[in-house]
Amino acid sequence: MEASVRPTVMRYQATLALGLLGLAVIVAMVAFLSMTVGARAIPLDMVWTALTAFDPDSTDHRIIWDLRLPRTLIGLLVGAALGLSGAVLQGATRNPLADTSILGIHAGAAVFVVMGITLFGITQLSIYVWLAFAGAGVAMFVVYGIASIGREGATPVKLALVGAAMTAALTSVVSAVLLMSPTTFDQLRFWQVGSLAGRDMAVLMQVLPFLLAGIVLALATARMLDGLSLGEDVARSLGQNVKISRAIAGLAAVILAGSATAAAGPIAFVGLTVPHVARAVTGPNYRWILPYSMLLAPILLLGADIIGRVVAPPGEVQVGIVTAAIGAPFFIALVRRRKLATL
Amino acid sequence: MTTLVEASGISAIRQSLAARRRRVTTLLVVALLAAIAASLYLGDYPVAPDAIVRSLLSPLTGEVNRGVDFIVLNVRLPRTTLAILTGVAFGLSGAIFQTLLRNPLASPDIIGISHGASAAAVICMLVFGITGVGVSLGALAGAMLTAFAIYALAWRGGVTPYRVVLVGIAIAAIMGAIISYLFTRARLQEAQEALAWLVGSLNAANLNDILPLAGALVLLIPATVYLVRSLDVLQLGDDAATALGNRVEPTKLALIVVAVAHAAFATAAAGPVGFVAFVAGPIARALLAGAGGGFLQSALVGAIVMLGSDMVAQHALPATQLPVGVVTGIFGAGFLLWFLAAANRQGRGG
Repeated sequence: MEASVRPTVMRYQATLALGLLGLAVIVAMVAFLSMTVGARAIPLDMVWTALTAFDPDSTDHRIIWDLRLPRTLIGLLVGAALGLSGAVLQGATRNPLADTSILGIHAGAAVFVVMGITLFGITQLSIYVWLAFAGAGVAMFVVYGIASIGREGATPVKLALVGAAMTAALTSVVSAVLLMSPTTFDQLRFWQVGSLAGRDMAVLMQVLPFLLAGIVLALATARMLDGLSLGEDVARSLGQNVKISRAIAGLAAVILAGSATAAAGPIAFVGLTVPHVARAVTGPNYRWILPYSMLLAPILLLGADIIGRVVAPPGEVQVGIVTAAIGAPFFIALVRRRKLATL
Repeated sequence: MTTLVEASGISAIRQSLAARRRRVTTLLVVALLAAIAASLYLGDYPVAPDAIVRSLLSPLTGEVNRGVDFIVLNVRLPRTTLAILTGVAFGLSGAIFQTLLRNPLASPDIIGISHGASAAAVICMLVFGITGVGVSLGALAGAMLTAFAIYALAWRGGVTPYRVVLVGIAIAAIMGAIISYLFTRARLQEAQEALAWLVGSLNAANLNDILPLAGALVLLIPATVYLVRSLDVLQLGDDAATALGNRVEPTKLALIVVAVAHAAFATAAAGPVGFVAFVAGPIARALLAGAGGGFLQSALVGAIVMLGSDMVAQHALPATQLPVGVVTGIFGAGFLLWFLAAANRQGRGG
């Protein structure tokens, strides 16, 4: 018995590990593609020389270093953050619909950005970052706080309901401000769509510490999420503190989603879709779901960004639009094909 | 003997639940009447209560007082009427969806139907430059088409609540993306006008908005009353309902059509006023506290929320009329947050 089970399990794990490696290779390929494609096509060997032997006089090299490299790195990190935060939230709330947009994080970020623009006349992206981050944190804190009042703590339905209520309330505040202040609307409409364009290394450096801390924290929650997925009672009987597990997972999610929103604006669909794809591949095991989500999401996000650059020349379609256009039909196909696990 | 005692115990519980239902309904009706009275009375131009009553009765009595009649009959009455009708329609739509899909989140403003109406309206305004009635027709068509698309995409030898909600959220994301994209492409002035429509407003309520919605409700409300009786059975699950002799899919489809029509006509009349459909059901159910029913009460709550919010929108800020959608969002959501916190504290939440 033992002898027949163990090779199967090992084969399963070896296959998944191999798959992870394959995904890493695809991520690297997409990243290089992202450096070559754009309004000015730059061949791959030129990208390579630009990276290894930078020549400040070459326009191509400058484009790579000033525009494409920051954009690609931000795409990779924001993608990883969105995928992980979605997976962690879905696991912690045991709600397959849990997404940073549903829990009020995007709306919180938007409110703070809007207030910054209207009240203090802020126009630099580098300051939006802090505003968005603070807003996301406050929103998530309040949502979690209200949802965890009561004996049974922050249950999935309570979290989702409070989050949706919070989103609606904050969106109304934003709409009121935007209706009265056209200049704010003019700026916000370009932030709100979700884009990787125009971000430089400074923006990346601002959010980098948070993104890295969030990624580490999120990956560390895998065991807790596996425990939670068995149900609260089982998790408790296994010696797990359910409330603390949820709080840690929530913290990881808000750090990731907050910094991703700060860097790229609200991108709603990646965090919702990718964990379902990952789960479809790996089965219900967060030690695999999390790393798979972390690698699948940047492929989706950067891939979408590349498509957005070429699909409507001479302009660009923002990445938030493309992820919705790709992610949604894909998601629908997934919903139709499989009986999605109730988490 | 024991059976007798138990039976009388059950009937006593039933009676107390029915009494609770009556109390809640009465309370809501009184609140609605108070809101209607306040809505007709409040305004920049002071009109005495007896003058309002005389003006309302003037079509019968033939008494004419031009100034007052204009204020009461042409400004306040249409606005109040439209608020009630849209509130009822949104409230019923939300309650049907939430019950049918067995998910308190599954109101039309979450699962994509309002988004479909909004995207269609924004396309009409920003791509084709249509204004006025054309936008309402576009919104109506958009809501219907979106609902049909969601249903068709969720269909696989039947429709499960879970698939409808997930597909709906995906559709909502696409529609939201379309709106965001068009906003970045449009001239600011036009985008601003589209945004105003999206928030939802009763500021220019007139008969052209009221009549189509009223006509629709004349058909839809009886249909709703007829169909919701089978909802209790559907609540048991598809298999049980089939076993009890219900034709599950046709009933569900009919309910969805009715719920979509409620939301679509209300949206066409006033824009996608946020959150009314979402809160009406939960508030009504919480007031009833398990006493059954809920649709009549959801409709009443919807109307009260809409009317109350519109009064705040008109009078909260001096010299500015906010669109009602801003207030329903802030108020409705704030109320729901408070309410969830209170319910959680008593251990009745979620």
